[in-house]
Amino acid sequence: MQPISHVAGKAIPFGRKNVDTDVIIPAHWLKTITREGLGKGAFEAVKKEPGNVFTDETWAGAPILVAGDNFGCGSSREHAAWALLDMGVTCVIAPSFSDIFSGNAFKNGILTVALPQEAIDRLMDVAREHPIDVDLDTQTVTTPFQDRFTFEIDAFRKHCLLNGLDEVGLTMAQGDAIGSYEAKAKDALPFLAQATVAA
Amino acid sequence: MTTAPRTLYQKIWDAHVVDTRDDGTCLIYIDRHIVHEVTSPQAFESLRAAGRPVRRPDLTLAVPDHNLPTTARRDSAGNRIPIADPQSAQQLEALERNAPAFGIRYIGDADPEQGIVHVIGPEQGFSLPGATIVCGDSHTACNGGLGALAFGIGTSEVEHVLATQTLLLKQSKTFEVRVEGTLGAGVTPKDVILHVIGVIGTAGGTGYVIEYTGNVFREMSVEGRLTVSNMSIEAGARAGLVAPDETTFEYVKGRPYAPKGEDWDKAVAWWKSLATDEGATYDKSVFIRAEDIQPTVTWGTSPEDTSGIGGVVPAPEDFADASKRDAVKHSLEYMGLTPGTRLTDVEVQNIFIGSCTNSRIEDIRAAAEVLKGRRKAGNVKWAIVVPGSGLVKAQAEAEGLDKIIMDAGLEWREPGCSACLAMNPDKVPAGERCASTSNRNFTGRQGPGSRTHLMSPAMAAAAAVTGKLTDVRDLAPVI
Ligand code: SF4
Repeated sequence: MQPISHVAGKAIPFGRKNVDTDVIIPAHWLKTITREGLGKGAFEAVKKEPGNVFTDETWAGAPILVAGDNFGCGSSREHAAWALLDMGVTCVIAPSFSDIFSGNAFKNGILTVALPQEAIDRLMDVAREHPIDVDLDTQTVTTPFQDRFTFEIDAFRKHCLLNGLDEVGLTMAQGDAIGSYEAKAKDALPFLAQATVAA
Repeated sequence: MTTAPRTLYQKIWDAHVVDTRDDGTCLIYIDRHIVHEVTSPQAFESLRAAGRPVRRPDLTLAVPDHNLPTTARRDSAGNRIPIADPQSAQQLEALERNAPAFGIRYIGDADPEQGIVHVIGPEQGFSLPGATIVCGDSHTACNGGLGALAFGIGTSEVEHVLATQTLLLKQSKTFEVRVEGTLGAGVTPKDVILHVIGVIGTAGGTGYVIEYTGNVFREMSVEGRLTVSNMSIEAGARAGLVAPDETTFEYVKGRPYAPKGEDWDKAVAWWKSLATDEGATYDKSVFIRAEDIQPTVTWGTSPEDTSGIGGVVPAPEDFADASKRDAVKHSLEYMGLTPGTRLTDVEVQNIFIGSCTNSRIEDIRAAAEVLKGRRKAGNVKWAIVVPGSGLVKAQAEAEGLDKIIMDAGLEWREPGCSACLAMNPDKVPAGERCASTSNRNFTGRQGPGSRTHLMSPAMAAAAAVTGKLTDVRDLAPVI
């Protein structure tokens, strides 16, 4: 996973509330075999709306998405996080997120920043024409106009994101503990410790 | 050292703790991992990108099942008959590539052992009592019928298990579902679990692991216990358990992956020690009388919408809870049912006998017993029997059951998930009903607009014969 400490650049001023994962990536994109390419299916229905922010060249490749309350609700599909990443989004700012979505985002190295609605309103304004700057280290979101919003983040998640540590990598770092469990199990539960077809 | 009395669940959990974190989360060792074509491609992709190997390919088994058509897979020259849906074909090819590339044993789409993940695990002796078992499909709970702690996982957890053979988990609470008494004639394990879900509701088990206790489960075959534990998910629980006993040992013994010789003796001794201790407490318990259970069917779009076959379609007003009333209203609209209609007056156009809930040899036998000497009703357009594995298929054919089934006018198919979920060509047309032995009656589960009635294999076979939901006990004897 890519370490993430600072995300700066254009921010897509989406702002919509209760965006469920079916809106982020519709179900018919789930029969894929790779995480890549899902960006094409991202916000498929929204992209058909006239004047939408996703087909507007202004925000093509923007690393930040600004959204409304309860972002990522609905089905638990991890494809939602993959689709955002594939679009180039590595940070989503919203008043709140569904638990499952923020977990999936975190697992995939996407920073979710929760800020009060007033801050979101201000960022929506700024984002129309100016860049936004998100700094994980200091937990702040700033604009070129001296706006400064601070956000909370779980210390463990912050540490993982800053260092590009994913859950798999973290558990792999406990390889010794797993190895000693396996050694113990080989004696105590030999019938579980192996799965072979006897000749 | 004396330990406090523990439940079966706690004993299996304790035996698998690798590490405990400050917040109580545990790193749990996984003994067996089964991988299929739908939830694994991105997990392998990540491993590849990070240059990570599979930690224990020897504890992992891969098999395709969800997407495969259940029609012939090879032509007479032995060449693969292409899968029409390009994405399904791609997922199958990905698994065929990934399994050998990561050193994982692979059962191919036309191998004699191929079948539904949760059917072949126990059948091969790969799933064992007391083991922790995971697979990227929520009905992994099925394996709990052996007394294994088994549950479904998502794609990133599949990756986690492939790379580390562990999962980060918090302990669940325990829920005892005790069923005692004598089951009536025609009442099968499927009826027992449908009735249980009707009683406790689909949220009844949320946050819990269910242990099924009482003489009814003790006297049940392993096949039946697998059917029951399979639907623990529909009761809201992540996993179900039936304590391993002599019936279980008898079932496991001699299977390809089952322990042999000295290991076998050790295994049996440990398995015997797993039963819940006298004096151990469950966080919650429910008691159900076996005599209260009738052959059961569902009428709605939630697995808790159950009724004995003698009942009628309920009205929304029959329910006290306002949100349930609303749900029932929608569900009846979707199902095209009028309150007060006798269930036995509801016509069905499709029959599906299969899925990891009911596709083992006992299920095929039960269906064949009803179908023997009878014919499918004229209004039934599509009726398929899909064995859970190639070995079930071969066994059924050796017993002549395929013949009985085809003589009755039903189709006999190749093993796979089939019409359990609308991911392969086997689908129920919009607006039509299906008497189905699968596990979910959700909106659109068997195809967009499909109307599912869940029931046992014998009841589905009876519906095939009469063209309506039918009490199997009322069928006139064949002369
Ligand atoms: S039969 Fe249905 S529930 Fe069972 S593994 Fe296949 S899709 Fe999942």
